[in-house]
Amino acid sequence: MKRIGDRTASNPAAERYRAGVLKYAQMGYWDSGYRPKETDVLALFRITPQDGVDPSEAAAAVAGESSTATWTVVWTDRLTACDRYRAKAYKVEPVPGSPGQYFAYIAYDLDLFEPGSVANLTASIIGNVFGFKPLKALRLEDMRLPVAYVKTFAGPATGTIVERERLDKFGRPLLGATVKPKLGLSGKNYGRVVYEALQGGLDFTKDDENINSQPFMHWRDRFLNCMEAVNRAQAASGEVKGHYLNVTAATMEDMYERAEFAKQLGSVIVMIDLVIGYTAIQSMARWARKNDMILHLHRAGHSTYTRQKNHGISFRVISKWMRLAGVDHLHAGTIVGKLEGDPNTVQGFYNVLREPLNPLDLQRGIFFEQDWGGLPGVMPVASGGIHAGQMHQLLTYLGDDTVLQFGGGTIGHPMGIAAGATANRVALEAMVLARNEGRDIWREGPAILADAAKHCTPLRAALDTWGEVTFDYASTDTPDFVPTPTAAA
Amino acid sequence: MRLTQGTFSFLPDLTDLQISSQIEYCLQCGWAVSVEHTEDPHPRNTYWEMYGNPMFDLKDAAGIMREVDECRRTFPNRYIKLNAFDSTRGIESLRLSFIVARPQEEPGFELLREEGPGREVRYSMRSYATRRPEGHRY
Repeated sequence: MKRIGDRTASNPAAERYRAGVLKYAQMGYWDSGYRPKETDVLALFRITPQDGVDPSEAAAAVAGESSTATWTVVWTDRLTACDRYRAKAYKVEPVPGSPGQYFAYIAYDLDLFEPGSVANLTASIIGNVFGFKPLKALRLEDMRLPVAYVKTFAGPATGTIVERERLDKFGRPLLGATVKPKLGLSGKNYGRVVYEALQGGLDFTKDDENINSQPFMHWRDRFLNCMEAVNRAQAASGEVKGHYLNVTAATMEDMYERAEFAKQLGSVIVMIDLVIGYTAIQSMARWARKNDMILHLHRAGHSTYTRQKNHGISFRVISKWMRLAGVDHLHAGTIVGKLEGDPNTVQGFYNVLREPLNPLDLQRGIFFEQDWGGLPGVMPVASGGIHAGQMHQLLTYLGDDTVLQFGGGTIGHPMGIAAGATANRVALEAMVLARNEGRDIWREGPAILADAAKHCTPLRAALDTWGEVTFDYASTDTPDFVPTPTAAA
Repeated sequence: MRLTQGTFSFLPDLTDLQISSQIEYCLQCGWAVSVEHTEDPHPRNTYWEMYGNPMFDLKDAAGIMREVDECRRTFPNRYIKLNAFDSTRGIESLRLSFIVARPQEEPGFELLREEGPGREVRYSMRSYATRRPEGHRY
């Protein structure tokens, strides 16, 4: 190693800060004896070091680059309590079944982060480090957010419990549908789909992620037509209904303007896309809290970095950040639908979003216990290629506190949109009733649906059309763990 | 018009046996069941009349069914619902709420539109039944 000068060789501190390049482990970013404090932010990375790079040095490098380090020694460290500010890699273990990959556990002192700022948290944890050359690939698998830090966030604008109380809907998943085709409808025709779906029995309809303000339909026209539809459907059913008006736009000023208009028209919910960025999401969450509005988040763009296991960010981490940021709804997978979703992994996301405390649960990809410190829950949304014939599977896998969104499965119904909505609602209520009666819906599901279809022609038609449709592909994002054998096994 | 508030309104009206097995489920879950009734079914009418307090200490489905029955006899032509309350920390709210009786005629709601500037409309909905005084609505 190239070092300049040697007059300080007798003094260890001076030696440590002599100009030059040191290994990250030697700089203090690796400490196998470190016991994480209750207030530390913990991160678990999956690292794939370049050939010949020692895993613990790679882990130390990740700790260094995501906290205080740069590539060379700087004497100005000595002006700070640098031992405290250095993140510490404290454990490295091989990923089961994946040669060359390691799980690296890293602890960060709480003072490294600005209170209540997802942007600041992420600027450290995923800021520079993902492009670091000594690593072939890097993935942020999980984080433990200490209660002391969680408490600096307001969390979901509404929360699952208050959302149900506002909507007066209990005991079953909520039902929604995304208006299709997602692009091209005029405002008048678009509102027609909303009206049919809501009066047929859905609780919500939804703009798609890329419906903003295009030549075929400007946003004000969409809002006006959708709210006419929502109000007509409320009067027809006596239920509270909503349409997620997507307020995603180019600037915060535009988004506030659209959200204010939605409020003025009496909407109970507005929607944003993940691509607007963490700060914009937090701003909209604050606006939603202030204006008694439910905030729906579509996870547009996430698969670019969540899907491949060796590089990127796990969606469970995004889920944690979004719960902090304060959204009320987040798309989190369906398991049985058309989009990526291993059952255990997706259940892990759901638990992160809505449980008050997540115990360590390696089978579901949860590497740390997470206490949410009373932060309200986020309602996970299941959307993409699901239909009434899967109701027993959806209810078993996903539970009650979720929004099941049947877009094609409502609008593509052979008897029309309202019939499609009715089919979904009847299938859901019949399944919840049967489950509560103690029936084994996993096994008896198809029979329960067939029985319900006897008094509901639209459900019969839905089952005849889609009953056999499945999306059976291997998942790419699955948990890597070795089950611990129990004494009985 | 059929009011579709509550967990099971899209199914045919539940039989007493079906209601009873939902009560069993609530009791198994440790939830407190209560009975409420109203003549004002507006969806924003949060406070239906309580037919007694939630039955925190009654752990017997048959006993709760008797309460439901008594309420139905007292108010034979009103909306009556059964709620299940969960006092677990972090929930402290309803877990199930479904209609167990409804008036013979359900006239539904009128949608009122007040036209504003531009194309803006201020919406309001009113139950046809609430035009008459309480006690004479259904």
